[in-house]
Amino acid sequence: MSDHDLERVEGLIRQLLEGHPPAETPDKEFWGAQYDLGLAWVWHPEGEGGLGLPRRYQTIINRRLVEAGASIDNRARNVLGIGMGAGVLTTHGTSEQKQRWLRPMFTTEEIWCQMFSEPGAGSDVAGLATMAVRDGDEWVVNGQKVWTTLAHLAKWGMLVARTNPDVPKHQGLTYFVVDMESPGVEVRPLYQITGEAEFNEVFFNDARIPDANRIDAVGAGWRVALTTLMNERVAIGGNTVPRGAGRIAEAIGAWKEYGDGDPVMRDELVRLWAEVEAARLTAIRADEMAEAGIPGPEGSTGKLAWADNNKAVMSFTLELMGLDGTLYPGGYQLVRPAVFEGRPPQHGFLRTRANSIEGGTSEVMLNILAERVLGLPGDPRVDKDVPWREVPRG
Amino acid sequence: MAEARVSYAPTEEVTLLRNTAREFLDDRLPIPTVRELMMTPEGFDRSLWKEMADLGWTGLAIPEEHGGAGYGPVELSVIFEEMGRMVTPGPFFATVGLATPVIMTLADDEQKAELLPGIASGETIATLAVFEGSRDWGLEAIETTATRDGDRWMISGVKKHVLDGHLADLFLVAARTDDGVAVFPVRAGETGVGVEQVDVLDPTRRQGNVAFEGVAAGRPLGGGPAADGLKKALAMASSLLANEQVGGAQRCLEMSTEYAKTRHQFGRPIGSFQAVKHRCARMLVKVEHAKSVAYHAVRVTDDEQEFAIAAPLAASVASEAYVWAAGENIQLHGGIGFTWEHDAHLYLKRAKTSSLLLGDPRFHRQRLGDVLGL
Repeated sequence: MSDHDLERVEGLIRQLLEGHPPAETPDKEFWGAQYDLGLAWVWHPEGEGGLGLPRRYQTIINRRLVEAGASIDNRARNVLGIGMGAGVLTTHGTSEQKQRWLRPMFTTEEIWCQMFSEPGAGSDVAGLATMAVRDGDEWVVNGQKVWTTLAHLAKWGMLVARTNPDVPKHQGLTYFVVDMESPGVEVRPLYQITGEAEFNEVFFNDARIPDANRIDAVGAGWRVALTTLMNERVAIGGNTVPRGAGRIAEAIGAWKEYGDGDPVMRDELVRLWAEVEAARLTAIRADEMAEAGIPGPEGSTGKLAWADNNKAVMSFTLELMGLDGTLYPGGYQLVRPAVFEGRPPQHGFLRTRANSIEGGTSEVMLNILAERVLGLPGDPRVDKDVPWREVPRG
Repeated sequence: MAEARVSYAPTEEVTLLRNTAREFLDDRLPIPTVRELMMTPEGFDRSLWKEMADLGWTGLAIPEEHGGAGYGPVELSVIFEEMGRMVTPGPFFATVGLATPVIMTLADDEQKAELLPGIASGETIATLAVFEGSRDWGLEAIETTATRDGDRWMISGVKKHVLDGHLADLFLVAARTDDGVAVFPVRAGETGVGVEQVDVLDPTRRQGNVAFEGVAAGRPLGGGPAADGLKKALAMASSLLANEQVGGAQRCLEMSTEYAKTRHQFGRPIGSFQAVKHRCARMLVKVEHAKSVAYHAVRVTDDEQEFAIAAPLAASVASEAYVWAAGENIQLHGGIGFTWEHDAHLYLKRAKTSSLLLGDPRFHRQRLGDVLGL
């Protein structure tokens, strides 16, 4: 890390904290000032919330801000915007688009959602069927999206739609930013196996999108979508947590309450603890190797291991609880969940079932590991050179 | 718990050692040579020992004052990992992975000066004679006794599963004294020492039963009882073994991947079938996890609290990963993988026996659970 850059960052952090003392400054105002000083996404160019410096400086910035009592909750509150949308805009957006969207995204004044999956397009997301048809300076959209986090709170949605059904599936897609409050966009809660609705379904009925809200070229949607998905998989499973934190803490809690020293259960508990710790150490090793400029396969295994471990740990936790594992404290409430922490293990048992589906199924992750890391040949693709219109669906 | 920052990026020394080890093993101990040696009575060629010593490997982690190179477990672990890749036969693990840590942990300066230079120079092949019961990895039931006779000790008992006992010049014998278990250095030529080689599942790593019939010995290492130190040394040995296991598991992954790319069935490389490629991908995940715990363990040996967690973690995870990968490797090769001619069985045999040598995964998990307070 260059001393000069570090000094510059430190100076700007001081300037931010002195000009906007966290204790007295409303969060959104503070985040606006943070953006203006280039401390929002430090690797972005100047004027786009960054300083054009390596990503690792952001770790320092975030740590300093937290130490000074500032909130960095915006990253969680607008997770799809700040975590993925921003990357898409900097890579593929015009300067007008960046100017319009990045700052209110960072301040959480405008929440973002992402609309890729459809009832008929899950792992094969490039086969999606939502159509956008050009009409002068606008596009008219019809179709349905599913599993849309935050759609009910979002001002903007990242949408991939089919603009040309007569070419093979990857070539006929275009990426848009949709005003979620515009006519013809309807958001409905999607209730999942916990009874809650973390996600939504979004229906488009002749919704209109100005062409100015198109990201990159017509037909370039798949390339833009890949940028988004890459950021998503980094965001899931690539984080390093403290030892013993996360789902395994729930198993240890149940062991202490119910385990009664049973040697068989203890062996399984320690086995799971070891699996989780091995995955955690792998994430740490991956971070360090990436920082040292020698990224290896250890950086690609996290999502898969995270999903496997979470499911195994929560299933075992219910076994530890015995008959109490058959209860569901509080009952099923068909609501949008307000809190995600402190839920009973039975909730975790159900919720973790999605871990191997969301953000790329484990089967897709295994394909990626096998093909991109190990270099094994891809599956024969029967739909590869066929116009999308002719590919069987259902 | 605050975490010490551990560095994984290879240093210049580590890279150099790895390259040298790979070249040497490819050149002097390629798999065809391994297969020849494993069918010989001794299972090893002593002239190779001299060559390894000349490369500095036998003394790599021995202090310079005792004739070694003064490196630590991180550098040493690289040699084990490379040997694991090639199922290298011979007493390297017994001498350098097992006996040397016991001496380094327990011996006083005078004993180190007496015992270590011979190991560093390649003159001495050493091993640990500790186990008697088949599942007594916790060393609860040692029956071999050492009784004082003036300023000498008399050792009596039979040690089993003594690694490379038939090659050893020096035994470190764990024996019960009135004050507890102590470890005595005994030369192979002493009167009353009887070595009998036994037939083993993994012919690339031999074992013997060693009888001590009233064998005279000098002071025990460190002068007295040493049960805790012995367990600590065994934890170090199992961490080095974990790195050897990682090398073998990685090689199984490579063999499987190479075969999946070239073997065709139904008009396609079998690696294009998800049933096959997903197996390979799962091997990759397990191997990477095994590397993480094994690399971590040899990097925290100086931090007693952390090493108490890291050693059983590495032993249990790397053991299971290797056994599993070696099994998957055979399955993935199909019929050819079950033949004597194919190398896959060498790895299965090495993997299974390695997972039992210093404690099975459950034993290590018990210790891990104890340390974690579960």
